[in-house]
Amino acid sequence: MRNVVVGTEAAAVAGLRDGHVVMVGGFGGAGLPRSIIKAVAELGVRDLTVISNNAGAGGDDLSLWFRQRMVRKIICSYPRSAKDFTLQYRAGTVELELLPQGTLVERIRAGGAGLGGFLSPVGVGTVFERGKEKITVGGRDFLLELPLRADFALVKGRTADTLGNVTYNKAARNHCAVMATAADIVTVEVDRIVEAGGLDPESIVTPCIFVDRVFARAVA
Amino acid sequence: MNPLNRQALARLVASQLPRDSFVNLGIGAPTQIADFVAPDAGVILHSENGILNMGPAPRAGEEDPDLINAGKSPVTLALGGAFFDSSLAFAMMRGGHIDVAVLGAFQVSRRGDLANWTTGKDDGEPPGVGGAIDLAVGAKAIWVMMDHVARDGAPRIVSDCTLPLTATNVVSRVFTSLAIIEVTEGGLLVSAMLEGAEFDHVQAATGAPLRLAERVGMITADGTLIGRS
Repeated sequence: MRNVVVGTEAAAVAGLRDGHVVMVGGFGGAGLPRSIIKAVAELGVRDLTVISNNAGAGGDDLSLWFRQRMVRKIICSYPRSAKDFTLQYRAGTVELELLPQGTLVERIRAGGAGLGGFLSPVGVGTVFERGKEKITVGGRDFLLELPLRADFALVKGRTADTLGNVTYNKAARNHCAVMATAADIVTVEVDRIVEAGGLDPESIVTPCIFVDRVFARAVA
Repeated sequence: MNPLNRQALARLVASQLPRDSFVNLGIGAPTQIADFVAPDAGVILHSENGILNMGPAPRAGEEDPDLINAGKSPVTLALGGAFFDSSLAFAMMRGGHIDVAVLGAFQVSRRGDLANWTTGKDDGEPPGVGGAIDLAVGAKAIWVMMDHVARDGAPRIVSDCTLPLTATNVVSRVFTSLAIIEVTEGGLLVSAMLEGAEFDHVQAATGAPLRLAERVGMITADGTLIGRS
């Protein structure tokens, strides 16, 4: 029977290499896979393109990657109050692609759903329309938004079963559930792993077809 | 006559929210509106990070790091609350399912253009947009809540926004520290003024032409609206 449980942080992030595109779930601290973020920092990889809502807040989050100069570019919606990112942004050593948050998550959804993109009214008439094709449908202007995919998606769940089905805790679901559909390798950090059949099927938010690895961090 | 303070302004906006409506309160000053929504008003608060029927802040010691609002402060879930992912949260916005979004602003134009995501000035930090644009484009009604003028006295209601735009032609109503102003096809209409305020004074503090509505309500110093429904 399928079993995607990995026993160590290192195994959770094995194969993550220089130049990879990496999605990291979370909104602020909720849904942030802190153990595997740390494991990636220990790999010491470079030139990553990171796709995440925020850019760290100075703790054991994406700040670790910026401090070690592992990131070449970040695609996000709100990189403020992110001290370590800000230092590099101001020095011009990291590139920022700023997106409205709904556009960010929908581009990821499109990537995971096999769509070639979508038309969004968000950003029309603002700086966010720059470089984007404008298409008029029914008399209204839309921007063509292209899909986003990644080599790795690192997300935080609450409970997984050994097959890789995942539940989330409260508002920690945020971008995690969508990112889990849009990467070649999806690694989910959870609080607890149960046997297949141990989850209420109605409570499963990310079905195991999307999940390649689950890792249970040690819960204090 | 002093301008309305933030609390009184929040109370005023709260009193005008339609019964049983789905409402998103923007980060910053609008967040405070939640404290003044009557429990029996049936207002259901939406949060961009995947919460419907968001409740007030928890008691000290009962914070849950997985239960936060868009400003990343701890909140609770009200009776009948629900969680969902960010894609669905933004579908609720873009899809026109939110009845009213109340947002802060730097500038609003006479056509209802909104500038609220950046001043465009270097404040030492990278720019951040979050969900500001999605919300401004998608909600059925966009209300703005702000001081009538900037700290330096410059009008924030202007003929044309000079700051980077969030969205064009979206604001329908502006609640300021001096007045309630409706954005209409025919221009900006003052529908209520702070007790003791003169139209000429409000006009002088505004960078676009105003007209008085047929019936003009009065706003008391504590944010109660009298003379309009």
